[in-house]
Amino acid sequence: MPTFPENAPAADVIVIGGGLHGCSAALHLARRGARVTVIEKDHVGRHASGVNAGGVRRLGRHLAEVPLAVAAMELWHRIGDLVDDDCGFESHGQVKVAESEAELATLRDRVAALTRLGFTHEELIDRRALKAMVPAIADHCVGAIVCRHDGAANPYRTTLAFKRKAESLGARFIEGTAVRSLARAGANWRVDTSAGAFEAPYVVNCAGAWADRIAATLGEPVPLEPIAPMLMITAPLPPFLEPVIGATRRPLSFKQFGNGTVLIGGGHRGSLDRDANRTGLDFAGLALSARIVWDLFPAMRGAHIVRCWAGIEARMPDDIPVIGPSATGDGVFHAFGFSAHGFALGPIVGAILAELITGGKTNLPIAPFRIDRFAGAKPN
Amino acid sequence: MTDLRETYDVAVIGAGPAGMAAATVCVRAGLATVLFDEQASPGGQIYRAVTTSPVKRGTVLGADYWVGGEVAQEFLASGAHYVPGATVWNLTREREIGISVAGAAHLLRAERVIVATGALERPFPIPGWTLPGVMTAGAGQILLKSAGLVPDGRTVLAGCGPLLWLIAWQYLNAGARIDAILDTGANRAGAWRHAPPFMLSPYLLKGLRLLLAVRRRVPVIANVVDLRAEGHDRVEAVAFRTAGGAEQQLAVDNLFMHQGVVPNVNLAMAAGIEHRWDDGQLCWRPVVDAEGTTAIAGIAIAGDGAGIAGAEAAQAYGLLAGHAAVRALRPGARGLAPEAAVRARLKRTLRGRAFLDAYYRPAEPFRRPARDTLACRCEEVTAGQIIDTVALGCTGPNQMKAFLRCGMGPCQGRLCGLTVTELIAQARGVAPQEVGYYRLRPPVKPITLAELAALPKNEAALRSVAR
Repeated sequence: MPTFPENAPAADVIVIGGGLHGCSAALHLARRGARVTVIEKDHVGRHASGVNAGGVRRLGRHLAEVPLAVAAMELWHRIGDLVDDDCGFESHGQVKVAESEAELATLRDRVAALTRLGFTHEELIDRRALKAMVPAIADHCVGAIVCRHDGAANPYRTTLAFKRKAESLGARFIEGTAVRSLARAGANWRVDTSAGAFEAPYVVNCAGAWADRIAATLGEPVPLEPIAPMLMITAPLPPFLEPVIGATRRPLSFKQFGNGTVLIGGGHRGSLDRDANRTGLDFAGLALSARIVWDLFPAMRGAHIVRCWAGIEARMPDDIPVIGPSATGDGVFHAFGFSAHGFALGPIVGAILAELITGGKTNLPIAPFRIDRFAGAKPN
Repeated sequence: MTDLRETYDVAVIGAGPAGMAAATVCVRAGLATVLFDEQASPGGQIYRAVTTSPVKRGTVLGADYWVGGEVAQEFLASGAHYVPGATVWNLTREREIGISVAGAAHLLRAERVIVATGALERPFPIPGWTLPGVMTAGAGQILLKSAGLVPDGRTVLAGCGPLLWLIAWQYLNAGARIDAILDTGANRAGAWRHAPPFMLSPYLLKGLRLLLAVRRRVPVIANVVDLRAEGHDRVEAVAFRTAGGAEQQLAVDNLFMHQGVVPNVNLAMAAGIEHRWDDGQLCWRPVVDAEGTTAIAGIAIAGDGAGIAGAEAAQAYGLLAGHAAVRALRPGARGLAPEAAVRARLKRTLRGRAFLDAYYRPAEPFRRPARDTLACRCEEVTAGQIIDTVALGCTGPNQMKAFLRCGMGPCQGRLCGLTVTELIAQARGVAPQEVGYYRLRPPVKPITLAELAALPKNEAALRSVAR
């Protein structure tokens, strides 16, 4: 257990949670000269941040997330400048296929809606263009929307890179240490942990699937649902796919790595015990993922599944995160509940939090992510 | 498999002595019992092919092997639902079992599960161990038992452990040629303080007789501290050095390596059963009570999978685990064999285990090889690369995956796991228990996308869809 001398430097900001969002907050705050302490109950990247599919996309996002995803993508394309590591980021595009004319129509409507809002990063393509971009796709697919400069990165490596860079700028990471309570102590917040108490004027709640407990302590309970999205990886196959593939009506996240292995995800959920750090796999659910791959990629039918796993993630009822200031605790900020698609937003959310804490505002539209949106509609 | 049920009272995994004993006990007590095993016929590793072996001459494999034939016949006649050729790729805490048989996957459930997946050989990483012609002694024994094959040409056996001497003896009985045995056992002096119980062990006389018979016919070079397989497209020579000696070389066509067996932990760990490092046997052992019961309700482990103790002990543990299952599901059941006799026999069998563990303790240079030696065969990762990740802040095998693909290949750590844990422990200066092991997940052996896609739909699956 770590010990802290009486005269240890005080922190300006305490970040709860050492996942990607916590590490990103630490990095961006450290860049602005803040003294940051990150408290992580296991080790950095242990949960959702370290084991997800690594998708980095603007494609198909909830409209509220689009501005953040667009800003994040700019950071991803220069990620080496930010964290001195390329994070395994590759950009061969993301594709969301339509399996029927009806699905294609919904995609067409979506592109139109985005264009009206001033976003042109999603492009509708026809059957021929889809086959040219994804030769292995099943013949029944009629078209798709694509973001040619979307891609994917290595989640664990990315999270560690943000941590290392933050440390190099003075951020302190305390792992294997759980937060027990959070309370006002004069002008500061006092965070009690299994390794003693820490005080700082600002606290950031990036506690992932456990963030609702922090929120509840602050008197702003949220309907967070811990979930365990499942993934599968195959033995190496000859290269047949460059972009990351999703589907329209059914859940799929599908990509082939440089070493030939293929990652299959898509949101089918296992079971979990968030207090035991334990997930359980549901093979009946994985069978559904396998059937979708069977339908969309006939070349995959002989593939061998070598390993399956599930991470511990947090979902909000409207499938978008909570980002922004606490409604009850002055100086506390939240970034959690990324609903199985937060990895790509990691680099920008840390910047948003740093802007809010050091400057009192952010240029990116975060109103849809307010923590008090769950309390029931307010009268106009 | 046509008549596979969706639920059973008892599912036994593994048809070695422990599994066969457990299944026989359960089905005789009236429990609906299924036994899954990967091989085409029962026996596990120790009694592999005992009902089908082409090796008919009893003296080749020895009487201890043929004893297994009786156990197997008893099991086959018991009425348990026996499913050979079945790979069990998943076991959940809720006792749901995923199997593949005849190219099709199935999910089923049991009230009690007895995991009897036995042991596998400890990895033996040396320079050149991936050359064709280098194989484990266990692999040689499989070929002998199941196909009646012996090696052709110049043959050297290297390593330590009872199995090495057993296969040497069996090969000689079969008329095979063995040019030398290179004994890598070290520091034997320390073993002798465990000797007294071993003097009363049934293994003492058997072992001595076997050892003497082999030593009479094969040159044995002791205190081998350095070992290298050399060759271009296949092994051509084995280079070695004895303690304080000069380097020597033997030309070979076949090199058999062995330094002991360890529990096969993959299914048990993937099921979430806690394991602890055992420094006496230098391996991970599940946390179980005297009847093999784990902390997970309804799941027990019997046989070498709970700790290496040999075939006779495995049979006894299998019976005890079977009894525990019967008592749990049929509390008033009669007709169970009196346990006092079983436990007494077990105690006698276990006598001398500590001595064998100490005497045949694998030497340090062969558990933590030199930097350039491959530790992970699937992904071709060297010992040096693994040690270097510790300097980058990696504290265990799972964090190492941020830097290396070690452990992500199809063998799921069977050939590298122990080496990796010990290398990291040494580099960090901590005990292996603190370093831990790979976080193992199903499928415990690969399954095809086709099999998975063909699993029957059910309500639960439809509920698990995200949106």
